[in-house]
Amino acid sequence: MTRALRLWIAVGWVGVLILPWYAIDSSFWYFDWYLKYDGDNAPTAHQIFAQGRWYLAPPVLALIAAMPALFMHRDSRRLSRLLVAAGIAGMALMLAEGAAIDHRGWSWAWLQALMGGEGPKQPGMGYGALVLAAAFLMLMCQGLAALGWCRGDAFIVSAVALVVALVGVFVFFPVFEVLLSALQDDKGNVALVVFFEKFLDHSVWGLDCLNSSLRCGVAWNTVFLAVVVGAGSTLFGLAFALIATRTDFPFKGLLRVMSVLPIITPPFVIGLAMILLFGRSGVVTGFLNEWLDIPRSRWIYGLQGVAIAQLLAFTPIAFLVLIGVVQGVSPSLEEASLTLRAKGWKTFNTVTLPLIRPGLANAFLLGFVESMADFGNPLVLAGNYEVLATKIFFAVVGASHDQGRAAVLAIILLGFTLVAFYAQQMWLGKKSYTTVTGKGDAGLAVPLPSGLRWLCYAAVIPFALLTAAMYVTILLSSFWKTVGRDYSLTFEHYLTGFKVEWGERGLYFGGSAWNSFWTTIEISAISAPLTAAIGLLTAYLLARQKFAGQRAFEFCTMLSFAIPGTVIGVSYILAFNVPPIELTGTGVILVICFVFRNMPVGVRSGIATLSQIDKSLDEASLTLGAKSFTTVRRVVLPLLRPAIVSSLVYSFVRAMTAVSAVIFLVSAQYNMSTAYIVGRVEAGEYGLAIAYSNVLILVMLSAILLIQFLVGERRLGRRQPQQAMVVVQAGG
Amino acid sequence: MPLRILLLLAGVALTGALSLAAPGNAEAQGNLVLICGNVEDWCREMVTAFEKRTGIKVAMTRKSSGEIYAQLKAEAANPKNDIWWGGTGDPHLQAAGEGLTQEAKPADPSQLHPWALRQWKDGKERTIGVFAGAMGFGFNTKLLAEKKLPEPKCWADLADPKYKDEVQVADPNSAGTAYNFLATVVQIMGEDKAFEYLKKLHKNVNQYTKSGAAPAKALSLGETAVGINFQHDLVPFVVQGAPMKVVSPCEGTGYEVGSMSIVKGAKNPREAKAWYDWALTAEAQEIGPRTKTSFQVPANKNAKPLAEAPDFSKIKFIDYDFAKYGSSEVRKRLLTRWDTEVKNQPK
Repeated sequence: MTRALRLWIAVGWVGVLILPWYAIDSSFWYFDWYLKYDGDNAPTAHQIFAQGRWYLAPPVLALIAAMPALFMHRDSRRLSRLLVAAGIAGMALMLAEGAAIDHRGWSWAWLQALMGGEGPKQPGMGYGALVLAAAFLMLMCQGLAALGWCRGDAFIVSAVALVVALVGVFVFFPVFEVLLSALQDDKGNVALVVFFEKFLDHSVWGLDCLNSSLRCGVAWNTVFLAVVVGAGSTLFGLAFALIATRTDFPFKGLLRVMSVLPIITPPFVIGLAMILLFGRSGVVTGFLNEWLDIPRSRWIYGLQGVAIAQLLAFTPIAFLVLIGVVQGVSPSLEEASLTLRAKGWKTFNTVTLPLIRPGLANAFLLGFVESMADFGNPLVLAGNYEVLATKIFFAVVGASHDQGRAAVLAIILLGFTLVAFYAQQMWLGKKSYTTVTGKGDAGLAVPLPSGLRWLCYAAVIPFALLTAAMYVTILLSSFWKTVGRDYSLTFEHYLTGFKVEWGERGLYFGGSAWNSFWTTIEISAISAPLTAAIGLLTAYLLARQKFAGQRAFEFCTMLSFAIPGTVIGVSYILAFNVPPIELTGTGVILVICFVFRNMPVGVRSGIATLSQIDKSLDEASLTLGAKSFTTVRRVVLPLLRPAIVSSLVYSFVRAMTAVSAVIFLVSAQYNMSTAYIVGRVEAGEYGLAIAYSNVLILVMLSAILLIQFLVGERRLGRRQPQQAMVVVQAGG
Repeated sequence: MPLRILLLLAGVALTGALSLAAPGNAEAQGNLVLICGNVEDWCREMVTAFEKRTGIKVAMTRKSSGEIYAQLKAEAANPKNDIWWGGTGDPHLQAAGEGLTQEAKPADPSQLHPWALRQWKDGKERTIGVFAGAMGFGFNTKLLAEKKLPEPKCWADLADPKYKDEVQVADPNSAGTAYNFLATVVQIMGEDKAFEYLKKLHKNVNQYTKSGAAPAKALSLGETAVGINFQHDLVPFVVQGAPMKVVSPCEGTGYEVGSMSIVKGAKNPREAKAWYDWALTAEAQEIGPRTKTSFQVPANKNAKPLAEAPDFSKIKFIDYDFAKYGSSEVRKRLLTRWDTEVKNQPK
């Protein structure tokens, strides 16, 4: 009998006796249930006896069955087995009960026949069910740990089980639901022929572009674009990271801001700004036409345009991943190389570059996957160059309404992600990339060899100038009366969206955008820390622990990221619109969608950073008697600070700028800014759309600064350049 | 019938009186979950007016019609929306055919234009026309003048090699607008002739956009010289002052019927019907035109359209067969033929 065990049994009883079993109100912040403590609002114990809902009893019996554990010796194997059995039985019974009865009665025809009649009805599960399920899960984990799983470490077993359960419910279940429709025909019957017909279609795999003027299949288009963008964004990201950490470039701060700007720009805006600059009637095009007689053309519509827009948008992600990794490279290894008379280039090639391989691989993977899933830029700029993401979106919402085709195309997209994922693993191999160890490391970061430095400048400066031009356009165009035509300045757009007046009862937010604005901030602020926490926890488990099915598990965490938002949106409606888990129309479904969609970024940057940190640091802590929870808190987390910042920032930003998944999940009460912006773009009100985007950019910038301030910098005991100067002088 | 109208009027009056008697107590009058397929501002104006009139509290979400159809289909087992107002007619018909929506009768059919009632009959009484808009195209006057090209007047003009790479139209696979165009030329020229025409037009098309309204936006920004679109999607940009002109083609043209359907299994059927009846009254139908948020033609004969809206009496209309061209067999056949004979051909 341990304290944790007592705690979880008590938690289980709280779920049974105190909290309402069902979710009645659609708001997660609904706490009025204790005021009206009857009917569907009552906890399960009350439901069973007063409402005659006998079918709720079995899970409670499982909890009662676990009670003898309280009186057993803490080390007995009987105790452990009892806990595992009770935990599994409890969860299984809850699952069976929830699946058997929905809002219309018995869910399955054979149950109806067996029991007769429609059967009882029940709403979706609520707080009580949630808490009881958590208690069962944890009881099972306590038992498994006592049986010796994960070297008997209850924290690790619980963490693995929790992540597996969450990913199972919120990634695997909905994705499975929607992918099932790939195998069905229009009427819902299983039809493999239809599947292969759609899968092998010429419009997907055709190779006509190699030997004629016709276009290639959409699959090849997508892969080509993704490889270009993945490689390009990794290289540019590396150049930015090297300049930010290894040179004395005077405008580092400015560079960092500019590299972060595209990531916080709502979709459509970059594409729109590119049209305003380089389109047929764009500012730059007009200038070139007048001064250099270059004819106006539509060159940006196509592969080139999308590739440039995506490079602008995704390089910052590569930068965020790489800067932590470049910073982490141990200077003493480089110093050793220089001491052994290797030239700057050789040191960079044989020491630095191999050490940042995990960063490069993860940056490429993210760029590749992001490019394949991106929907806003191809929509505006792709011209006749078709990619899977837009094709999938219009398969669902377009005139043909073919959800099956969307699912088939999503499977193809997933296949590519799988290949990229394994290619990355192969490339990294089994080498060690550890550079942050417990040993004193007082080396100085080696300056870049001059050739490389100039190369980096040559890449970064034009990139930065382009970004600057884009943002000046974006800023100005929100003040233009009509974008692209009437350039007189006005505040009109900001007033329409964000008017604030002094009313009778104080401030009155009269602008039409306020509603979605507050919702967006609330949802993003809730989902960002959750995303970072679960992402980094998963990264820790994957990088530091060994358990069966680890690789498969790692891929599953990537699933929701790799599947296009449209498909995720539809899958969430299919999975969470009916009991037992009924979440549509709530804010919770948006939070959950964001958490599991953006969690892979936390996982990726966590793994990349962790692979640099010597395991002996953890081991030292464990040897000194610390539990693994303490080790995580006191040793691993402080060293993970760059990964924490990047996953917090990224998940906050993505929640504020996501479009395609959100379109299906927003409701009247919970409307998101991007849905509002898309509506404005559709109505042709570019000024208002861009003005709103600018406000969002401002919010996100302040949020990033706040996050950086709160989390703080990672301090690796390394000398500062100034101190180094003193040492050198003293030595000389 | 008059009895029903009388009862309805009495009901409306009573609700009005009650809402006056109990200001601020909107809850008591019930709730309605509306999913709106028109432009945001129009949706908002309608909601505000309806709330004032009836005291029913409306929770409104705006989405494009394709998104709405996909959503209603996905959540059919447990519908969260009560009524679907606005958006082009084809997805409404499709939803009606699949039983996603339920039957309802207009309070006074005699006030409605025949095309609105035809939609009602085609859709098994599960959907009804609320607005109509004509197909057409627009051109950017500035770009045409720069290129010294004549102003196109007919569908046939657009296939003239002079306009090479100057015409933009959406992809009918993804956009209902473009499918309407495809069906329009098929009905004007006959199927084989129409595909001859589309093949010629293919050489002039600079881009098949994914979104139906994209050509109108590209026109307003000067990214394309000619764009095929519904006229009411083009007019707002003309009103904003873009150098554009809207054309009703000389051969005649098709049209769309923006519709309204009550969701099957709606949680608030009474309130949904109240919206249904109110939305067809002349008063409600004038809201869009009056607030300049809609440039379509109202279904109620007594409601006045906006002066800037395309004048239906001056447009030569074809007898568009929504039942035939909205059916999935014809649609699939035409789209497949378009893919192989037009889109996948070299330019």
